[in-house]
Amino acid sequence: MKRNVVVNLLLLAAVAALAVLPLVIGAGDGHEEPFAGADAQAETAIAELAPDYKPWFASLYEPPSGEIESAMFALQAAIGAGFLGYYFGVARTRNRLRPVSAADLAPGADRGGAAEPGGR
Amino acid sequence: MHIAEGFLPPLHAAAWTVAAAPFVVHGVVRLNRQLRENPEAKLLLGASGAFCFVLSALKIPSVTGSCSHPTGTGLGAILFRPPVMTVLGTITLLFQALLLAHGGLTTLGANAFSMAVVGPWAGYGAYALTRRLGGGLLVAVFAGAFTADLVTYCVTSAQLALAFPDPAGGFAGALTKFGAIFAVTQIPLAVSEGLLTVLVVRLLRSTSAAELIRLRVLKEGGVAS
Repeated sequence: MKRNVVVNLLLLAAVAALAVLPLVIGAGDGHEEPFAGADAQAETAIAELAPDYKPWFASLYEPPSGEIESAMFALQAAIGAGFLGYYFGVARTRNRLRPVSAADLAPGADRGGAAEPGGR
Repeated sequence: MHIAEGFLPPLHAAAWTVAAAPFVVHGVVRLNRQLRENPEAKLLLGASGAFCFVLSALKIPSVTGSCSHPTGTGLGAILFRPPVMTVLGTITLLFQALLLAHGGLTTLGANAFSMAVVGPWAGYGAYALTRRLGGGLLVAVFAGAFTADLVTYCVTSAQLALAFPDPAGGFAGALTKFGAIFAVTQIPLAVSEGLLTVLVVRLLRSTSAAELIRLRVLKEGGVAS
């Protein structure tokens, strides 16, 4: 594997490890509701600091269940990830079909490295 | 994690909306100019918004035993400058407030101020400072994304502490309380966001070097880091 790819995979692995670590070490143990959302915890803190406070406005649309809410979050992530994938597909293809420039034909230039314009 | 609907007193909600509004308007002007002067960047601009969309949807467990999500605003702030990111971030917040009951319309101003104004500016500042001090591109990108993410939630904590001061400890007491909920939880997530943003910039460097040069993130003639 090329070094570039290895580094990218290592970055992804580090992010995955950071997300899994709290679950593995049991960071949620002893909590009333392990791994609750920070925003829900803030609402609890507000209830302690200002017991008389009542939210004065409710969401116009509330997903009717936790399942539907998670579906909406998945939809949001899918829209974003889908567009990112589209972008990199376009950028890669455009790069590959790029007209060969003089720099690429220079002696010693790595023709296989067309994905790295400018060289290293 | 944003301030939930109705959870800021009306006066605070109105004040933060007034504070955020000029930044959003300025951002729209800058966004239009960007699109007019540099139409080739349209796709990359969309990708920056998409990155914010994905990261804001990912609720990730943290070492504090609770969950929060990154913001994804560092990338767009570095590539297109903070005002443009203000618009993209506000769109993301609006989507979540309207369809996911996450955040809210009355708290949109406060949430936009933290995530779409202060976060991107702090992140861009950290990025620019690191570059000026001679740091490489990727180190600066990490610093920028990490800072944008973490500062967003420090501002959220301060906004809530202003609205709900501790009866005993006042503003500082409440800030400690909300900071423990938001900011501490956010530290590992900010590291994750930094690493993911570095990954995206590495991919951009190999596929979209021309765009990065045009946006003056990369220098002419290749690798600036």
